[in-house]
Amino acid sequence: MNEIDQVVQLLSRLPGLGPRSAKRATLHLLQKREGLMRPLADALERAADGILECNICGNLDSTDPCHICSDGRRDSTTICVVEQVADLWALERTGAFKGHYHVLGGVLSALDGIGPEDLNMAGLINRCSEEGTEVKEIILATNLTVDGQTTAHYITERLSEFPVDVTRLAHGVPVGGELDYLDDGTLSAALKARNDLKRS
Amino acid sequence: MEWKDEAIVLGTRKHGENSVILSLFTRERGRHSGLVRGAFSKKNRGALQAGNKLSVVWRGRLEEHLGNFQVELLESNAAHLITDPGKLAALSTACVMVEFGFPEREPHPELFDTLASLAVALDHDNWPLIYVKWEVALLSELGFGLNFSECAATGQLDDLHFVSPKSGRAVSREAGQPYKDKLLPLPQFLIGKGEMDDVSYHQALRLTWYFFDRHMFAVRNKEMPDTRQRLLKIACEMLSTE
Repeated sequence: MNEIDQVVQLLSRLPGLGPRSAKRATLHLLQKREGLMRPLADALERAADGILECNICGNLDSTDPCHICSDGRRDSTTICVVEQVADLWALERTGAFKGHYHVLGGVLSALDGIGPEDLNMAGLINRCSEEGTEVKEIILATNLTVDGQTTAHYITERLSEFPVDVTRLAHGVPVGGELDYLDDGTLSAALKARNDLKRS
Repeated sequence: MEWKDEAIVLGTRKHGENSVILSLFTRERGRHSGLVRGAFSKKNRGALQAGNKLSVVWRGRLEEHLGNFQVELLESNAAHLITDPGKLAALSTACVMVEFGFPEREPHPELFDTLASLAVALDHDNWPLIYVKWEVALLSELGFGLNFSECAATGQLDDLHFVSPKSGRAVSREAGQPYKDKLLPLPQFLIGKGEMDDVSYHQALRLTWYFFDRHMFAVRNKEMPDTRQRLLKIACEMLSTE
């Protein structure tokens, strides 16, 4: 296998790229060798050597603790629990949440044999139970799937002995959603979580 | 090859970026897996949750191939139970028990009907009783049915108090007394007598687990699924506060 094939094969393993698009990307990189390929190779090498997993929340960053955990301006009384780093990035993109995060690294799955010990569950319990903790609220932002909600229920149960509020993200009609096109599950969740408009 | 059937979702495993291997329990063909492309599309992602009832079309070149599923949601059972920890644990456990308990492509139409009914009935307040009775029916479908009709030793029809761990048959209090340490207690609510409380419910799930473990899990070197342990804990806590 020559060098080009090797690059194509490695790129085709990336999400969103198949063998054909990997070939196009490789050709593009080779055509912009100095302007793109070398900086990309350098950046990848630096990232591979320097990106760490935050010991506190499980986020990926160049420092440990990560920039979110070490930011004194963020609300340290609230922790948002997410399944993956990608979910953390999605919430950060909104700019609507100014608290801290906790990345579980997956969800409980009976079918795949993933139990609490396979997830970053102990870290969350420690953050709520350690002496002098400021945590007052845990927001469960696991996906609205059977496994995601099973994980949320499990965390709620584990945290019941600690003096923290446990909340979860609202489920229901998305912005721009039309009722006629929504699935039964979303509609039924939206009905269950309806709000009193007079009091709000 | 192509066939159409009704099915209950048992679970999914991610395959690549946009596809999943879907494990179903179908009415006519039993447990069956297949690939679903575009599993995370708006149309599919809500449908492919454990416990949901689907209408599926399977296509494959040969019968023994994995093949592809095209799915349409019939009943969104998971969505109704997802906010209740106990009901959700019962639904997940039922799906895992069927997934572990039955070989692929072996039809069990009666079990399909009971599983479909269970997924709907779990939305009832009396879900712990509904669930444990389903487990007793599951054992029977697996060929290890429990028999509470008469005492295995004396033929006595009443005062049944124990279950033989060997035969799964009931044993009367009198006949079982000398062997009570070796016999399993028979919760009275399973034979329509007495109230169901946390102690008797724990006994009932211990009783069914003994046979599941012996015939299904221990032989495959598997332990009780976490979700079943949670179900037991939640149900017992719920019954103890009633």
